[in-house]
Amino acid sequence: MTGVATTAAGWRRASGGLLLAGLLAFAVADLAITRGAPGAELARMAGGFLRPDFLATGALWSALANTLAFAFQGVALGVVAGFLLALGWHRRPVRTLAASVRAVHELFWGLLLMQVLGLSSLTGVLAIALPYAGIFAKVFGEFLEEADPAPAAALAADRRRLGRFFFARLPLVWADIKAYTAYRLECALRASAILGFIGLPTLGFHLETAFREGHYDAGAALLYLLFALILTLRVWLRGPLIPVYLLAALYWAPPVGQGNWATLVRFVTVDLVPAPLARGQGWPALGDWAWMLWRDQVGPGLWHTLVLGLAALLLTAVLALVLFPLRSPLFGNRATRALSHGLLVVLRTTPEFFLAFLFLILLGPSMLPGILALALHTGAIIAHLMARFSEGLRLRADSARGVNRYAYEVLPRLYPNFLALLLYRWEIIMRETAVLGILGIHTLGFYIDSSVAEFRFDRTLVLILATVCLNLAVDAFSRRLRARLRLKETRT
Amino acid sequence: MTDPKATLFRFRGERLGHGDRAVFEALDLDIRRGETVALLGASGSGKSTLLAALRRQREALCAWCPQEQALVPMLSVFHNIYMGGLHRHGTWHNLRTLVRPTTADRDDVGRLAADLGLTDKLFTSVDRLSGGQAQRTALGRALYTRRPVLLGDEPVSNLDEHQGLALTRLALAAHDSAVVAMHDRALALACFQRVMGLRRGRLVLDAPAADLTLTDLDGLYR
Repeated sequence: MTGVATTAAGWRRASGGLLLAGLLAFAVADLAITRGAPGAELARMAGGFLRPDFLATGALWSALANTLAFAFQGVALGVVAGFLLALGWHRRPVRTLAASVRAVHELFWGLLLMQVLGLSSLTGVLAIALPYAGIFAKVFGEFLEEADPAPAAALAADRRRLGRFFFARLPLVWADIKAYTAYRLECALRASAILGFIGLPTLGFHLETAFREGHYDAGAALLYLLFALILTLRVWLRGPLIPVYLLAALYWAPPVGQGNWATLVRFVTVDLVPAPLARGQGWPALGDWAWMLWRDQVGPGLWHTLVLGLAALLLTAVLALVLFPLRSPLFGNRATRALSHGLLVVLRTTPEFFLAFLFLILLGPSMLPGILALALHTGAIIAHLMARFSEGLRLRADSARGVNRYAYEVLPRLYPNFLALLLYRWEIIMRETAVLGILGIHTLGFYIDSSVAEFRFDRTLVLILATVCLNLAVDAFSRRLRARLRLKETRT
Repeated sequence: MTDPKATLFRFRGERLGHGDRAVFEALDLDIRRGETVALLGASGSGKSTLLAALRRQREALCAWCPQEQALVPMLSVFHNIYMGGLHRHGTWHNLRTLVRPTTADRDDVGRLAADLGLTDKLFTSVDRLSGGQAQRTALGRALYTRRPVLLGDEPVSNLDEHQGLALTRLALAAHDSAVVAMHDRALALACFQRVMGLRRGRLVLDAPAADLTLTDLDGLYR
């Protein structure tokens, strides 16, 4: 037999590696269902979703307003900061700063900020604005890098750099910036709602209470409200109205914190400093402290986060590959497409953190709820995008049908998109995996949440830095793999 | 189809086109079983439209070799040729072949690839082939369909004269009947029984190849 030299073989090897890692993760993961009779609970939950009670939650409308206000202010602040950072995107320190702030999840920012600013609007706004500034900086920076340099070069003789920027660079990327910001507002609404889980007065706060206490009808109503908000975004998010929304947001929830300068100084110079140093116990004590922290918290936290993340990545891939043909015009019929479209919208719109919370109630604490939640949410996103890509394929007139068409004509052509999306989403899965710990799954977030509860913020800081390192490592690995496979960058 | 001279394709006053735009206003045409037809005409004269209409009339009988080669670029020559025969095998067998082909299929496709001069490229993906090699793969896919009628749209246009002649003969020998669009007039006269000339959606020439000279065909392109 002659040697194999196919483009598909390279993708197959990379997929094989990820498959193996995923299977190993499943083998060591704790997948126990610890709750008796999950079926009965599911039936009760379904009953609640069929009969939502919009009047049960007292502060419903103010929670809704808070969710909107935090999201709007957070995105506005994030856009401005991110845009300024993007102007210096060619400088390495700027890129490092942006990568570090976005590697910390909104909920972790919230936990930290809360110690200084209390349960205030400013905490909610900054928890969104800080990581989003990092994300906007990266995306806008890349937009500007990829923009056609010709118009700016034509004006090169003009020494007024600012003028050159506004006339020859910004107009090229303006539409992309607007579209991306609108997409991010949708994400921010989800993030803002989820911030309620750590105590801020948004939809998530009431959602958590309602579901934890088994008031599924009240909880369902809150979730439906969140859906309505996100799904109608395109209708009410209009350019001229944005300043009005922003002013309303500032009026409703002025971004003011509760702490003062002294609280901040004390937090940074005392609380965040490793305990042995703060108490003046010297370097050997610091060594013991660091070793204890690694052995009992950072090490196990990293390991569980990695295992859960890899297992979720494998299940995400499988779900995306199974779900996308159902939505694609190349397969099935109108009924299957409509049905799967509905399913994908619901899974995409529900925050993965909240899905994990639901599955925890049903299945009890183990990695299983986390894996299911991340895979369903991310799988739906990738399936949706793959179905969109498949609309652009032109198959020959005598192309096979059904499974043959899928395996021979469609999947090979879409596989580079699929791998790029999957590798890109891996970083996001890891970020979310860490944060699921707040719900009680033993990933890094669990130890972070516990250390906050014990007021051991020095440990919190180290643990959060560990999540940052893990995210940066996964990001770098995924980027290298994408470059080696020559996959196109796909931004979602 | 028992009568060896039975009509294979028949058009009577047919209107052919894409959407609202008609390429043929009223086409009258008969092609019998066993005939090999070369389709000549300048680009835009309606060759591809006519071939597509022929295919629609006898979908189950036709091996299809379209112009935009429509191969799957990231898959090997083997898999692209094998794709012509997907309908002959069960779905499980096809899925298995995608991962690891059986020796029987490998030999089967390998023989065809040898005829096409692609032996050393059998497990190279199409995106790493030259234009000529890709075109031979596309022809291989059509041949592997193993249906009695070949419909080809410029199947040898990227090959040199010698190779074009050899592969056209090979392709015609493998099918009962054939309709092949081409621009090489000498090749048309050398290999086919019947030549049809198209000009702006009208059949302006239809004669046995034996009765025609190269000069007769020049008028089509003026």
